[in-house]
Amino acid sequence: MCVTCGCSDDADGKITNLETGETEHNHHHTHTLPDGTVITHSHDHHDHRNHVHDHETSQIHAKIHGTTISLEQEILGKNNLIAAQNRGWFKGRNILALNLMSSPGAGKTTLLTRTINDLKHQLPISVIEGDQETINDAQKIKETGCKVVQINTGTGCHLDASMIERGLQQLNPPLNSVLMIENVGNLVCPALFDLGEQAKVVILSVTEGEDKPIKYPHMFRASEMMILTKIDLLPYVQFDVQRCIEYAQQVNPQMQIFQVSATTGAGLDTWYKWLTAKVMNYSNFITT
Amino acid sequence: MHELGITQNIVAIVNEYAQGAKVQRVVVEIGKLSAIMPEAINFCFDICTQGTFLEGATLEIIEIPGLARCRQCGAEIAIDKPFGICQCGSVHLDILTGEELKIKEIEVEEVCV
Repeated sequence: MCVTCGCSDDADGKITNLETGETEHNHHHTHTLPDGTVITHSHDHHDHRNHVHDHETSQIHAKIHGTTISLEQEILGKNNLIAAQNRGWFKGRNILALNLMSSPGAGKTTLLTRTINDLKHQLPISVIEGDQETINDAQKIKETGCKVVQINTGTGCHLDASMIERGLQQLNPPLNSVLMIENVGNLVCPALFDLGEQAKVVILSVTEGEDKPIKYPHMFRASEMMILTKIDLLPYVQFDVQRCIEYAQQVNPQMQIFQVSATTGAGLDTWYKWLTAKVMNYSNFITT
Repeated sequence: MHELGITQNIVAIVNEYAQGAKVQRVVVEIGKLSAIMPEAINFCFDICTQGTFLEGATLEIIEIPGLARCRQCGAEIAIDKPFGICQCGSVHLDILTGEELKIKEIEVEEVCV
Protein backbone atom coordinates (compact mmCIF):
# COMPACT_ATOMS: atom_id res chain seq x y z
CA MET A 1 0.00 0.00 0.00
CA CYS A 2 1.20 3.50 -0.74
CA VAL A 3 2.59 5.15 2.32
CA THR A 4 0.97 8.47 1.59
CA CYS A 5 -2.29 7.88 -0.12
CA GLY A 6 -3.18 4.29 0.51
CA CYS A 7 -3.22 3.20 -3.11
CA SER A 8 -1.81 -0.14 -4.04
CA ASP A 9 1.83 -0.30 -5.04
CA ASP A 10 1.79 -3.81 -6.38
CA ALA A 11 2.95 -2.77 -9.80
CA ASP A 12 5.76 -0.55 -8.54
CA GLY A 13 9.41 -1.44 -8.19
CA LYS A 14 10.57 -2.31 -4.70
CA ILE A 15 14.24 -1.84 -3.94
CA THR A 16 15.43 -3.92 -1.04
CA ASN A 17 18.73 -3.29 0.64
CA LEU A 18 19.64 -6.73 1.94
CA GLU A 19 22.29 -5.28 4.22
CA THR A 20 19.89 -3.13 6.20
CA GLY A 21 16.74 -5.06 5.44
CA GLU A 22 15.03 -1.81 4.51
CA THR A 23 12.77 -1.48 1.59
CA GLU A 24 12.43 1.70 -0.39
CA HIS A 25 9.46 2.37 -2.60
CA ASN A 26 9.47 4.65 -5.55
CA HIS A 27 5.84 5.12 -6.34
CA HIS A 28 4.25 6.09 -9.56
CA HIS A 29 0.58 6.47 -8.86
CA THR A 30 -2.37 7.11 -10.95
CA HIS A 31 -5.35 8.70 -9.24
CA THR A 32 -8.76 9.28 -10.64
CA LEU A 33 -10.24 12.34 -9.02
CA PRO A 34 -13.97 12.66 -8.26
CA ASP A 35 -14.42 14.89 -11.28
CA GLY A 36 -12.94 12.26 -13.58
CA THR A 37 -9.49 13.84 -14.01
CA VAL A 38 -6.68 11.29 -14.08
CA ILE A 39 -3.39 12.35 -12.49
CA THR A 40 -0.10 10.57 -12.05
CA HIS A 41 2.50 11.34 -9.41
CA SER A 42 5.54 9.77 -7.93
CA HIS A 43 7.33 10.13 -4.61
CA ASP A 44 9.30 8.20 -2.06
CA HIS A 45 8.80 7.94 1.67
CA HIS A 46 11.22 10.64 2.62
CA ASP A 47 9.53 13.28 0.53
CA HIS A 48 6.22 13.26 2.30
CA ARG A 49 6.68 16.52 4.11
CA ASN A 50 7.57 18.39 0.95
CA HIS A 51 5.11 16.56 -1.14
CA VAL A 52 2.27 18.73 -2.33
CA HIS A 53 -0.79 17.18 -3.86
CA ASP A 54 -2.66 19.42 -6.20
CA HIS A 55 -5.96 17.75 -5.59
CA GLU A 56 -8.44 17.47 -2.78
CA THR A 57 -7.97 13.79 -2.18
CA SER A 58 -4.67 14.53 -0.50
CA GLN A 59 -6.59 15.62 2.56
CA ILE A 60 -8.10 12.20 3.11
CA HIS A 61 -4.83 10.32 2.69
CA ALA A 62 -4.34 7.69 5.32
CA LYS A 63 -2.37 8.82 8.31
CA ILE A 64 -1.42 5.34 9.43
CA HIS A 65 -0.34 2.66 7.02
CA GLY A 66 1.83 -0.40 6.79
CA THR A 67 5.31 -0.54 5.35
CA THR A 68 6.62 -3.88 4.27
CA ILE A 69 10.22 -4.60 5.15
CA SER A 70 11.90 -7.51 3.45
CA LEU A 71 14.01 -9.35 6.03
CA GLU A 72 15.04 -12.71 4.57
CA GLN A 73 16.53 -13.56 7.95
CA GLU A 74 17.38 -17.10 8.99
CA ILE A 75 15.51 -17.76 12.21
CA LEU A 76 18.48 -19.72 13.52
CA GLY A 77 20.94 -17.22 12.04
CA LYS A 78 22.19 -15.99 15.38
CA ASN A 79 22.81 -19.49 16.66
CA ASN A 80 24.62 -20.40 13.43
CA LEU A 81 26.81 -17.32 13.72
CA ILE A 82 27.88 -18.15 17.27
CA ALA A 83 28.39 -21.78 16.22
CA ALA A 84 30.74 -20.60 13.47
CA GLN A 85 32.65 -18.54 16.02
CA ASN A 86 32.91 -21.60 18.29
CA ARG A 87 34.16 -23.63 15.32
CA GLY A 88 36.90 -21.08 14.71
CA TRP A 89 37.76 -21.09 18.40
CA PHE A 90 38.15 -24.88 18.33
CA LYS A 91 40.19 -24.79 15.16
CA GLY A 92 42.59 -22.20 16.51
CA ARG A 93 43.23 -24.36 19.55
CA ASN A 94 43.28 -27.64 17.68
CA ILE A 95 40.37 -28.98 19.71
CA LEU A 96 38.18 -31.67 18.17
CA ALA A 97 34.62 -31.13 19.40
CA LEU A 98 31.96 -33.84 19.14
CA ASN A 99 28.28 -33.38 19.88
CA LEU A 100 26.87 -36.54 21.46
CA MET A 101 23.12 -36.93 21.25
CA SER A 102 20.57 -39.60 22.16
CA SER A 103 17.28 -40.09 23.90
CA PRO A 104 17.42 -40.04 27.72
CA GLY A 105 18.88 -43.22 29.16
CA ALA A 106 20.65 -44.48 26.03
CA GLY A 107 23.94 -44.56 27.93
CA LYS A 108 25.80 -41.44 26.81
CA THR A 109 27.38 -40.79 30.18
CA THR A 110 28.37 -44.42 30.70
CA LEU A 111 29.97 -44.58 27.26
CA LEU A 112 31.71 -41.29 27.92
CA THR A 113 33.18 -42.24 31.31
CA ARG A 114 34.39 -45.56 29.88
CA THR A 115 35.94 -43.79 26.86
CA ILE A 116 37.69 -41.21 29.04
CA ASN A 117 39.07 -43.89 31.37
CA ASP A 118 40.31 -46.03 28.49
CA LEU A 119 41.86 -43.18 26.50
CA LYS A 120 43.02 -40.71 29.12
CA HIS A 121 46.68 -41.60 28.66
CA GLN A 122 46.48 -41.10 24.89
CA LEU A 123 43.98 -38.31 24.37
CA PRO A 124 43.28 -35.34 26.63
CA ILE A 125 39.47 -35.19 26.83
CA SER A 126 37.26 -32.58 28.48
CA VAL A 127 33.48 -32.53 28.69
CA ILE A 128 30.53 -30.17 28.56
CA GLU A 129 27.48 -31.84 30.09
CA GLY A 130 24.00 -30.74 29.14
CA ASP A 131 20.96 -31.63 31.22
CA GLN A 132 17.78 -29.87 32.19
CA GLU A 133 18.59 -30.23 35.87
CA THR A 134 21.20 -31.60 38.34
CA ILE A 135 24.98 -31.85 38.19
CA ASN A 136 24.90 -35.64 38.57
CA ASP A 137 26.42 -36.40 35.19
CA ALA A 138 29.18 -33.84 35.60
CA GLN A 139 30.05 -35.44 38.93
CA LYS A 140 30.34 -38.86 37.27
CA ILE A 141 32.64 -37.40 34.64
CA LYS A 142 34.67 -35.56 37.29
CA GLU A 143 35.42 -38.86 38.99
CA THR A 144 37.41 -39.88 35.91
CA GLY A 145 39.69 -36.91 36.60
CA CYS A 146 38.84 -34.96 33.47
CA LYS A 147 37.78 -31.34 33.16
CA VAL A 148 34.01 -30.89 33.00
CA VAL A 149 31.35 -28.20 33.18
CA GLN A 150 27.64 -28.77 33.48
CA ILE A 151 25.10 -26.71 31.65
CA ASN A 152 21.56 -26.90 33.00
CA THR A 153 19.10 -25.78 30.42
CA GLY A 154 16.15 -25.51 32.85
CA THR A 155 13.11 -25.71 30.63
CA GLY A 156 15.24 -25.88 27.45
CA CYS A 157 15.31 -29.16 25.59
CA HIS A 158 18.68 -28.76 23.84
CA LEU A 159 22.04 -27.02 24.04
CA ASP A 160 22.63 -24.05 21.77
CA ALA A 161 25.78 -22.39 20.50
CA SER A 162 25.76 -19.53 23.01
CA MET A 163 25.57 -21.99 25.91
CA ILE A 164 28.65 -23.71 24.52
CA GLU A 165 30.39 -20.36 24.13
CA ARG A 166 29.79 -19.60 27.80
CA GLY A 167 30.66 -23.15 28.80
CA LEU A 168 34.01 -22.91 27.01
CA GLN A 169 34.96 -19.83 29.02
CA GLN A 170 34.40 -21.81 32.19
CA LEU A 171 35.94 -25.03 30.95
CA ASN A 172 38.98 -23.58 29.20
CA PRO A 173 39.88 -26.88 27.49
CA PRO A 174 43.59 -27.43 26.75
CA LEU A 175 45.17 -27.02 23.30
CA ASN A 176 45.33 -30.17 21.15
CA SER A 177 42.54 -31.99 22.92
CA VAL A 178 39.10 -33.52 22.44
CA LEU A 179 35.92 -31.89 23.71
CA MET A 180 32.90 -34.11 24.20
CA ILE A 181 29.63 -32.23 24.38
CA GLU A 182 26.93 -34.39 25.92
CA ASN A 183 23.69 -32.86 24.74
CA VAL A 184 20.37 -32.97 26.57
CA GLY A 185 18.72 -36.38 26.14
CA ASN A 186 16.35 -35.74 23.24
CA LEU A 187 16.20 -37.08 19.68
CA VAL A 188 14.41 -34.07 18.20
CA CYS A 189 15.58 -30.56 19.02
CA PRO A 190 19.37 -30.98 19.36
CA ALA A 191 19.50 -31.96 15.67
CA LEU A 192 18.56 -28.41 14.70
CA PHE A 193 21.16 -26.51 16.66
CA ASP A 194 24.70 -26.27 15.40
CA LEU A 195 27.08 -25.89 18.34
CA GLY A 196 30.26 -25.49 16.30
CA GLU A 197 31.21 -29.16 16.66
CA GLN A 198 33.23 -31.13 14.10
CA ALA A 199 30.74 -33.97 14.06
CA LYS A 200 27.44 -35.01 15.54
CA VAL A 201 27.29 -38.51 16.99
CA VAL A 202 23.99 -40.19 17.75
CA ILE A 203 23.83 -42.93 20.36
CA LEU A 204 21.08 -45.52 20.26
CA SER A 205 20.70 -48.35 22.78
CA VAL A 206 19.30 -51.78 22.01
CA THR A 207 16.70 -51.33 24.76
CA GLU A 208 14.97 -48.82 22.46
CA GLY A 209 13.06 -49.54 19.26
CA GLU A 210 15.10 -50.45 16.19
CA ASP A 211 12.98 -48.06 14.12
CA LYS A 212 14.25 -44.95 15.94
CA PRO A 213 16.25 -43.86 12.84
CA ILE A 214 13.11 -43.52 10.73
CA LYS A 215 11.04 -42.20 13.62
CA TYR A 216 13.53 -39.40 14.29
CA PRO A 217 15.08 -38.94 10.85
CA HIS A 218 16.38 -35.40 11.42
CA MET A 219 18.67 -36.57 14.15
CA PHE A 220 19.98 -39.57 12.23
CA ARG A 221 20.44 -37.57 9.07
CA ALA A 222 22.39 -34.84 10.84
CA SER A 223 24.76 -37.29 12.54
CA GLU A 224 27.99 -38.51 11.00
CA MET A 225 27.95 -41.69 13.03
CA MET A 226 25.71 -43.87 15.14
CA ILE A 227 26.88 -45.82 18.15
CA LEU A 228 24.61 -48.71 19.00
CA THR A 229 25.10 -49.27 22.73
CA LYS A 230 24.27 -51.92 25.36
CA ILE A 231 24.81 -54.75 22.87
CA ASP A 232 25.55 -57.03 25.84
CA LEU A 233 21.78 -56.91 26.46
CA LEU A 234 20.85 -58.23 23.00
CA PRO A 235 20.05 -61.75 24.26
CA TYR A 236 17.40 -60.29 26.58
CA VAL A 237 15.65 -57.79 24.31
CA GLN A 238 13.82 -57.92 21.01
CA PHE A 239 16.00 -55.72 18.90
CA ASP A 240 16.72 -56.46 15.26
CA VAL A 241 20.22 -55.05 14.75
CA GLN A 242 20.22 -55.63 11.00
CA ARG A 243 16.93 -53.88 10.51
CA CYS A 244 18.07 -50.97 12.65
CA ILE A 245 21.17 -50.58 10.47
CA GLU A 246 19.05 -50.70 7.33
CA TYR A 247 16.79 -47.97 8.67
CA ALA A 248 19.76 -45.82 9.62
CA GLN A 249 21.34 -46.21 6.20
CA GLN A 250 18.06 -45.43 4.52
CA VAL A 251 17.91 -42.10 6.32
CA ASN A 252 21.64 -41.44 6.08
CA PRO A 253 23.51 -43.59 3.53
CA GLN A 254 26.90 -42.15 4.55
CA MET A 255 26.46 -42.90 8.23
CA GLN A 256 29.11 -44.92 10.04
CA ILE A 257 27.77 -47.40 12.55
CA PHE A 258 29.50 -48.96 15.55
CA GLN A 259 28.12 -51.57 17.90
CA VAL A 260 29.47 -51.39 21.42
CA SER A 261 28.93 -52.26 25.05
CA ALA A 262 30.38 -49.80 27.53
CA THR A 263 29.88 -52.42 30.25
CA THR A 264 31.76 -55.36 28.71
CA GLY A 265 33.95 -53.27 26.42
CA ALA A 266 32.82 -55.14 23.30
CA GLY A 267 33.30 -53.16 20.10
CA LEU A 268 34.83 -50.16 21.83
CA ASP A 269 38.12 -50.50 19.96
CA THR A 270 36.43 -49.54 16.66
CA TRP A 271 34.99 -46.39 18.25
CA TYR A 272 38.39 -45.52 19.75
CA LYS A 273 40.04 -46.09 16.38
CA TRP A 274 37.53 -43.78 14.70
CA LEU A 275 38.07 -41.14 17.37
CA THR A 276 41.86 -41.31 17.12
CA ALA A 277 41.75 -41.16 13.31
CA LYS A 278 39.40 -38.20 13.51
CA VAL A 279 41.83 -36.38 15.79
CA MET A 280 44.73 -37.17 13.45
CA ASN A 281 42.83 -35.93 10.39
CA TYR A 282 41.69 -32.85 12.19
CA SER A 283 45.23 -32.06 13.33
CA ASN A 284 46.59 -32.58 9.82
CA PHE A 285 43.94 -30.29 8.53
CA ILE A 286 45.02 -27.64 11.02
CA THR A 287 48.72 -27.83 10.22
CA THR A 288 48.41 -27.85 6.45
CA MET B 1 8.76 -28.59 21.83
CA HIS B 2 11.54 -26.46 20.38
CA GLU B 3 8.92 -24.31 18.64
CA LEU B 4 8.72 -22.04 21.69
CA GLY B 5 12.40 -21.19 21.36
CA ILE B 6 12.04 -20.78 17.61
CA THR B 7 9.10 -18.42 18.09
CA GLN B 8 11.08 -16.43 20.65
CA ASN B 9 13.81 -16.10 18.02
CA ILE B 10 11.28 -14.85 15.48
CA VAL B 11 9.96 -12.27 17.94
CA ALA B 12 13.47 -11.13 18.91
CA ILE B 13 14.60 -10.72 15.28
CA VAL B 14 11.46 -8.87 14.25
CA ASN B 15 11.62 -6.63 17.33
CA GLU B 16 15.16 -5.69 16.39
CA TYR B 17 14.26 -4.77 12.81
CA ALA B 18 11.01 -2.99 13.67
CA GLN B 19 12.98 -0.38 15.64
CA GLY B 20 10.12 0.64 17.83
CA ALA B 21 7.41 0.59 15.17
CA LYS B 22 4.29 -1.45 15.75
CA VAL B 23 4.38 -4.64 13.74
CA GLN B 24 1.20 -5.58 11.88
CA ARG B 25 2.23 -8.67 9.99
CA VAL B 26 5.05 -11.20 10.02
CA VAL B 27 5.64 -13.59 7.13
CA VAL B 28 7.78 -16.66 7.77
CA GLU B 29 8.83 -19.52 5.53
CA ILE B 30 8.91 -22.96 7.10
CA GLY B 31 10.04 -25.94 5.10
CA LYS B 32 8.08 -29.15 5.51
CA LEU B 33 11.31 -31.01 6.27
CA SER B 34 12.50 -28.55 8.90
CA ALA B 35 11.19 -30.43 11.96
CA ILE B 36 9.14 -27.39 12.91
CA MET B 37 5.39 -27.60 13.32
CA PRO B 38 3.63 -24.51 11.94
CA GLU B 39 0.67 -25.11 14.27
CA ALA B 40 2.96 -24.95 17.28
CA ILE B 41 4.60 -21.75 16.03
CA ASN B 42 1.14 -20.24 15.61
CA PHE B 43 0.22 -21.33 19.11
CA CYS B 44 3.37 -19.84 20.64
CA PHE B 45 3.25 -16.63 18.62
CA ASP B 46 0.43 -14.97 20.53
CA ILE B 47 2.07 -15.76 23.84
CA CYS B 48 5.56 -14.69 22.81
CA THR B 49 4.42 -11.40 21.32
CA GLN B 50 2.65 -10.17 24.45
CA GLY B 51 4.12 -6.89 25.64
CA THR B 52 6.27 -6.50 22.50
CA PHE B 53 5.95 -4.39 19.36
CA LEU B 54 4.47 -7.49 17.75
CA GLU B 55 1.46 -7.76 20.02
CA GLY B 56 -1.65 -8.24 17.91
CA ALA B 57 0.33 -8.83 14.71
CA THR B 58 -0.84 -11.50 12.30
CA LEU B 59 1.47 -14.37 11.50
CA GLU B 60 1.56 -15.78 8.00
CA ILE B 61 3.33 -19.07 7.51
CA ILE B 62 4.38 -20.12 4.03
CA GLU B 63 5.06 -23.85 3.99
CA ILE B 64 7.70 -24.93 1.50
CA PRO B 65 7.32 -28.49 0.22
CA GLY B 66 10.24 -30.92 0.25
CA LEU B 67 12.12 -31.55 -2.97
CA ALA B 68 15.21 -33.70 -3.45
CA ARG B 69 17.52 -34.66 -6.29
CA CYS B 70 18.76 -38.20 -6.71
CA ARG B 71 22.54 -38.37 -6.85
CA GLN B 72 22.43 -41.50 -8.96
CA CYS B 73 20.00 -40.63 -11.76
CA GLY B 74 19.48 -36.91 -11.25
CA ALA B 75 15.71 -37.16 -10.95
CA GLU B 76 13.91 -34.63 -8.79
CA ILE B 77 11.45 -36.16 -6.38
CA ALA B 78 8.96 -34.75 -3.90
CA ILE B 79 9.53 -35.91 -0.33
CA ASP B 80 7.55 -35.34 2.85
CA LYS B 81 10.25 -36.50 5.27
CA PRO B 82 13.99 -35.83 5.18
CA PHE B 83 14.79 -39.10 3.42
CA GLY B 84 13.29 -41.27 0.71
CA ILE B 85 13.92 -43.70 -2.12
CA CYS B 86 14.19 -42.67 -5.76
CA GLN B 87 12.45 -44.66 -8.47
CA CYS B 88 15.90 -45.86 -9.55
CA GLY B 89 16.28 -47.45 -6.11
CA SER B 90 18.87 -45.05 -4.72
CA VAL B 91 18.57 -43.53 -1.24
CA HIS B 92 21.34 -41.01 -1.93
CA LEU B 93 19.29 -37.85 -2.11
CA ASP B 94 20.30 -34.20 -1.89
CA ILE B 95 17.56 -32.09 -0.38
CA LEU B 96 16.85 -29.04 -2.53
CA THR B 97 13.98 -27.38 -0.69
CA GLY B 98 11.94 -27.99 2.41
CA GLU B 99 14.51 -27.13 5.10
CA GLU B 100 13.77 -23.37 5.13
CA LEU B 101 13.39 -21.56 8.41
CA LYS B 102 13.27 -17.93 7.57
CA ILE B 103 11.55 -14.63 8.30
CA LYS B 104 10.63 -13.40 4.86
CA GLU B 105 9.17 -9.98 5.54
CA ILE B 106 7.39 -7.86 8.08
CA GLU B 107 4.89 -5.08 7.82
CA VAL B 108 5.24 -2.23 10.26
CA GLU B 109 2.92 0.62 11.02
CA GLU B 110 4.19 4.03 10.07
CA VAL B 111 2.55 7.30 10.92
CA CYS B 112 2.69 9.85 8.18
CA VAL B 113 3.23 13.47 9.11
